[in-house]
Amino acid sequence: MRITINGQARECEPATLQELWRSETEHLDLAGPRGFAIARNGRVVRQLDWGSTSVAAGDRIEIIRVMPGG
Amino acid sequence: MHDPLIIAGERLGSRLFLGTAGYPNQSALKAAIEASGCDVVTVSIRRISLAGHATDTLSLLSGHRILPNTAGCETARDAVLTAELAREALGTNWIKLEVIGDRETLYPDVVELSGATRQLVEAGFVVLPYCTDDPVVCQRLADCGAAAVMPMGSLIGSGIGIANPGNLELISRRSPVPVVVDAGIGTASDAVIAMELGAAAVLVNTAVAKAADPVAMARAMRHAVEAGRHACRAGRIPRRGHAEPSSPQLGLVGS
Repeated sequence: MRITINGQARECEPATLQELWRSETEHLDLAGPRGFAIARNGRVVRQLDWGSTSVAAGDRIEIIRVMPGG
Repeated sequence: MHDPLIIAGERLGSRLFLGTAGYPNQSALKAAIEASGCDVVTVSIRRISLAGHATDTLSLLSGHRILPNTAGCETARDAVLTAELAREALGTNWIKLEVIGDRETLYPDVVELSGATRQLVEAGFVVLPYCTDDPVVCQRLADCGAAAVMPMGSLIGSGIGIANPGNLELISRRSPVPVVVDAGIGTASDAVIAMELGAAAVLVNTAVAKAADPVAMARAMRHAVEAGRHACRAGRIPRRGHAEPSSPQLGLVGS
């Protein structure tokens, strides 16, 4: 299915936000999701709910992390 | 701490807020934070990228109060979503609210800013908006429920210093909430001036991060903020247009 992740249209089949987060951050070798957050269609989804939140075609997903800033 | 800074009922350990961006490396950042004696450190919220940024910023900031910002947002809507994402990522309801109206000057868009402030206050956030050094704007933001206001010293990252001392003094004297001067500080004397004008605190990033020796500049900023605060409380003498001898005028030697 086609979803938009961080502004880019992508073709992928994640069942849940948890699965999507894992595949998107695999390369970062993270211990856990501290410092990360996800919004689905403009609404923040709590980390506790990532596993039970399914991803549907057309979804707009934002995945953010904390970075240095002023 | 004597003379504590209190924002939204929280007692902060220092009147110097330190930004965490642009340091030569992670160890310089960590050492600068320690040398600054700061309590509050700021961070940003960004989309993850596949290119990756393997370093974990948060691990460097343990023991400090993390204040996320909405830097780069150009609409109230984006800023509100960024604040909500920051709250989830960091478990804090504090937000340094930035809504930028012009990419070249990074000047705040005060219309979007006040709308976002109102929305976020209603949603339970402690909002510290970065704003213009305009007394009416600062008052309006306080009316919207801002926990502090963060008027600009001058343009972000410019190092120009305090562009409009008269306005900052007026804002500091009249503001019902703490005034944290943000942006434009170039060196320690700029931070002293901001504090002498009556600011409750100062936020510095580029002046420390891009100094030839960031750790030494962080230490200088710590002392500058303390010196400025002491001087403000001590009360400066009025300016005179003529000399006033400081030594006694009686008992002079000679005729």
